[in-house]
Amino acid sequence: MPLPDDQNSLRQTPLHALHVSLGGKMVPFAGYDMPVQYPTGVLKEHLHTRAAAGLFDVSHMGQLALRPKSGRIEDAARALERLVPQDIVSIAPGRQRYAQFTNADGGILDDLMVANFGDHLFLVVNAACKDADEAHLRAHLADDCVIDSLADRALIALQGPKAEAALAKLCAEAPSMTFMDAGPHEVAGIKCFVSRSGYTGEDGFEISVPAAEAERLTRMLIENPDVLPIGLGARDSLRLEAGLCLYGHDIDTATTPVEAALEWSVQKSRRSGGMRAGGFPGAGKILAHFDNGASRRRVGLLALGRAPVREGALLFADQAGGEPIGKVTSGGFGPSLNAPVAMGYVPTNLSALGTKLFAEVRGQRLAVQVAAMPFVKNTYKR
Amino acid sequence: MTTTLYTSDHEWLAIDGDTATVGITDYAQQQLGDVVFVELPKVGRSLKKAEAAAVVESVKAASDVYAPISGEVIEANETLAAEPALVNSDAQGKAWFFKIKIADKSELGGLMDEAAYTAHTA
Repeated sequence: MPLPDDQNSLRQTPLHALHVSLGGKMVPFAGYDMPVQYPTGVLKEHLHTRAAAGLFDVSHMGQLALRPKSGRIEDAARALERLVPQDIVSIAPGRQRYAQFTNADGGILDDLMVANFGDHLFLVVNAACKDADEAHLRAHLADDCVIDSLADRALIALQGPKAEAALAKLCAEAPSMTFMDAGPHEVAGIKCFVSRSGYTGEDGFEISVPAAEAERLTRMLIENPDVLPIGLGARDSLRLEAGLCLYGHDIDTATTPVEAALEWSVQKSRRSGGMRAGGFPGAGKILAHFDNGASRRRVGLLALGRAPVREGALLFADQAGGEPIGKVTSGGFGPSLNAPVAMGYVPTNLSALGTKLFAEVRGQRLAVQVAAMPFVKNTYKR
Repeated sequence: MTTTLYTSDHEWLAIDGDTATVGITDYAQQQLGDVVFVELPKVGRSLKKAEAAAVVESVKAASDVYAPISGEVIEANETLAAEPALVNSDAQGKAWFFKIKIADKSELGGLMDEAAYTAHTA
């Protein structure tokens, strides 16, 4: 989606005024005026989230409800399975699963979360893709589902080891939820949708709240001295350390889920020989990648020096000469590792852990090594 | 006695005789945020005015530091390379980047004094 260059045309989330009052440094992101950091600064915001708890405004993301016209949730799940390679039918009520919309070439149109709320499916999609996603759903699922855009809701993420205790003060059920549980819960008496998930590698929650109550709820959460507001800058470094893909960078319409090392997100029932194998866009190519392997793969990269290796850096097999063998798709400094971290695509024969490669930074080839992701151990409450 | 001059790209130079000590301004470090990496020019390198001489990277992005004047690098601040966060805590003091032997003093004419730089960043 082209970003509007006129600051005045940027959209605002229901928490915009709060960000400004907290001293947030506002930047355009996916068409919204969003805080990239607060006066705390990116580095401390990152470290605070891993040590205590951080609160993120992710209201720019799209929230949608898929309601089966038949009244049977399986019908909505089967319908959605026509657009994603995931097993949606087996998502139990009160549970959530990571998914991707694929295209006819096996590429990824967007990645998303799908939750079973009993009588309907609740979807969270990326901000920059949300209009296209909604149109895609309407074009393919309108016969089976009513598609509601939940534009009047904000979305906040509360992440970190103290997130559970902070939320428990306002929502007694929060501590009994486990990773990827999702459903309607009252938080401070407000009717919310709460999931135990996030985008930082930490334990935590995402809370969908009616826009009119968003600021009141957020203020209650950040009154807790353990909870600091965190901007998009630290959100990016946290997800990078957690090895999580950023749509439009690490995955896009030219990467299949197998190339993107997201095999774990495609259940056996949708793979070759499964009960509902195929039947999603690009199934031929994606299942061939599962069966025969793909020629390239997304890997984690640790730099052996101190210089950050950033998005776009070309990768080489040798210190001198030769053609580029791949490219860095996300990279920067990992504050918790206190070292540069990156991810990118390399030929599968160079994707084994420990493979030494070189990244070109300002004309120099810096030594990097293929490394396991997540770079920082995740702390999900299973 | 030293005179401090500034560029529109937010470098500062402390001039002492025919030597200039170069760094980035406090305003620049505030804009960059937390600095995590600094790459310095090699001693003996001959720099042309406006050439990329050093790199400063924050958590957010990499930025070039330009040579504000032409000359030969006579010293690089190795303390800074080991402790990049000094740029945030003392940009216009301990966090100097390199010292340069001024090749042509007439190049100093195009630089700003403190009042002009303050106005530039206002």
